[in-house]
Amino acid sequence: MTTSLERRNSLYGNDLACYERMVEIREFEKITNALFAEGSIRGTTHLAVGQEALTLGISSTLKPNDVVAATYRSHAIGLALGLSPESVLAEIMGKATGCCGGVGGSMHLCDTTVGLLPTSAIIGAGIPVAAGAALAFQVQKTDQIALALFGDGATNIGAFHEGLNLAAIWKLPVIFICDNNVYGEYSRIEKTTPIEDLHIRAESYAMPHMSLDGMDIHAVRSGLTDAINRARTGGGPTLIEAKTYRFSGHSRADQALYRPEGELKEWQKKDPLLVTEKDLIKRNLITRNEIESMKENMVSELTAVAKKVANDPEPELSAMFSNIWTPSKVAI
Amino acid sequence: MATMRFRQAIVAALADEMRLDSRIIFFGEDVAEAEGPFKTSEGILKEFGPERVRDTPISEMGFTGAAVGAAMMGLRPVIEIMFIEFLGVALDQIVTEAAKTRYLSQGSLSVPMTIRASVGSGLGFGCQHSQTLEHWFASTPGLKVLMPSNAQSAYSLLRAAIRDPDPVIVLEPRILYAERGDVDYGIIAEIGKAQMRATGDEITIVALGQMVNVAEEAIKNSGVSADLVDLQTIIPWDRETVLNSVKKTSRLIVVEEAPLSGGWGSEIVAYVTSQLFSALKSPPFRITAPDVPIPFNGGLESRYAPTASDVTRQILHALKNQDVPQPWWVVEGIAG
Ligand SMILES: Cc1ncc(C[n+]2csc(CCOP(=O)(O)OP(=O)(O)O)c2C)c(N)n1
Ligand SMILES: [Mg+2]
Repeated sequence: MTTSLERRNSLYGNDLACYERMVEIREFEKITNALFAEGSIRGTTHLAVGQEALTLGISSTLKPNDVVAATYRSHAIGLALGLSPESVLAEIMGKATGCCGGVGGSMHLCDTTVGLLPTSAIIGAGIPVAAGAALAFQVQKTDQIALALFGDGATNIGAFHEGLNLAAIWKLPVIFICDNNVYGEYSRIEKTTPIEDLHIRAESYAMPHMSLDGMDIHAVRSGLTDAINRARTGGGPTLIEAKTYRFSGHSRADQALYRPEGELKEWQKKDPLLVTEKDLIKRNLITRNEIESMKENMVSELTAVAKKVANDPEPELSAMFSNIWTPSKVAI
Repeated sequence: MATMRFRQAIVAALADEMRLDSRIIFFGEDVAEAEGPFKTSEGILKEFGPERVRDTPISEMGFTGAAVGAAMMGLRPVIEIMFIEFLGVALDQIVTEAAKTRYLSQGSLSVPMTIRASVGSGLGFGCQHSQTLEHWFASTPGLKVLMPSNAQSAYSLLRAAIRDPDPVIVLEPRILYAERGDVDYGIIAEIGKAQMRATGDEITIVALGQMVNVAEEAIKNSGVSADLVDLQTIIPWDRETVLNSVKKTSRLIVVEEAPLSGGWGSEIVAYVTSQLFSALKSPPFRITAPDVPIPFNGGLESRYAPTASDVTRQILHALKNQDVPQPWWVVEGIAG
């Protein structure tokens, strides 16, 4: 079996592999959505269709020993960082083979072999946590960095402002990426936020900031590379706003009927898969036919994964009582 | 009188109060235009307009605090917190600000606000979206904490909460939102008053929220003659009703959805034991969830909160042996 780390390492310097992973995410989300619709997945799901370039830009630029604090919109970043479709889908279906043993669910993925901290379902929670991880790296004098990935809506919560301010005054090696997909739940950004360009919020923390096209993996990589260089050389944090769009509804069965007519269509012209395909074809790295067969293969592979995972074992009852704490007597 | 879903009873209570009192304003995340993530504010924006009914940013500390200030200045804010866990980022405003305002102002200010929040396990939302967390508030003097168990109490308690002159937290078991029941619009609850859901003389069972239904089923299954007390209010709780019942039955079981340690049932068991010690035929005890985070997996989650079959087992054990049964995780040898 390929490990998460191997899957991660396969991405570096390999645009074709990154594209293939984007296709994997896209098809994975479709399957997840179908499984949810048929009742095979409990609770909720938050798809990241349309946001594949951002997650791949992150995973193919950060090192595997850097850490990422992300959110309930977890499948895409998980797969991008290297988690296998089996371990992610198994978690979403509550199987013992899931990356959290089936006790987490769709909103909570974790794999420390590729730096994915447990994803949080509380808005903004990962922002100060990432700052804290960066504090550890600073004190331990490693060259690791931490990255927090969160939504546009999260910039209205206290944790965002407190986390950024702290990171700025302590010059922590942390990167804050705001995935501005225009919506927080059912509310379009202008209903909840007085500005549309969220990266300027870093101004008041005297923190370097930038806005970039989150639908284009090259743009993500290049912006992120600057921020990484700054963070690894003691230059402190950066706020990056990636402009994206949530192609799907917010969660579960949301049809996103509150969107203005035509908005989705406009953004679909910038579909990160299309953008990447064009680029790869232009560079003679792949042909249209190869793309089609790659997609077909991916669908059949993922269909097989879904079939297998459906029959995977459920966690034992003891899993419910495990990993809660360590009895004090064994602590030092 | 009408039959409706639990969530519709919430809408009805809010609308009925808003019609009577123009000081009531209502806000929360996606409660206005989208009419609530759980459809608990259907038609409210339409009827009362955007000045009184507002969507907020994702800023629980901000809008909870704004409710505190608006309440001090004479409005009657009702706010919705989608999942109780989101109050984690707003606790200061409730526990340390709202709850202390009457005290610090020596009665010259009050905070007549209502916080509605959905709570509870059973729907596969995982460990950060399934807790009940009433104990976060239950030991803060100055707050009142309510939990309905059916459409009628959802209606009656919310109306009472909105009318109350102090900060009131209404914890709504999310799993009950779709349940149907009869609602008599004439009934406004009395805060601090429990409801008898069944009467009998062998045992007293005290429960809250979705555990009331679980206890009801367990009483049926076990065939015992029991008083079932739906507590409705955690603080201030109805000592009189519970004491009178236990005086009659001489036995007490409390059924709680929350973890064993630190639950509200401890307060009830301790108080009743201290008051009626020599009259008791067997030791009062609690049936609770284990001290664990709520697991996502469906099989595991179905064992988290007390089940009717486990409550039945424990009732029958207590009546037969006059002692305290072990929780299922000890019986099954899974945890200590
Ligand atoms: C503190 C808190 N408040 C509210 C929620 C409910 N909630 C979950 S996702 C979401 C929208 C978040 O929007 P955004 O930050 O833009 O991220 P996106 O979902 O678009 O990726 C909300 C309000 C939550 N999880 N935590
Ligand atoms: Mg968003």
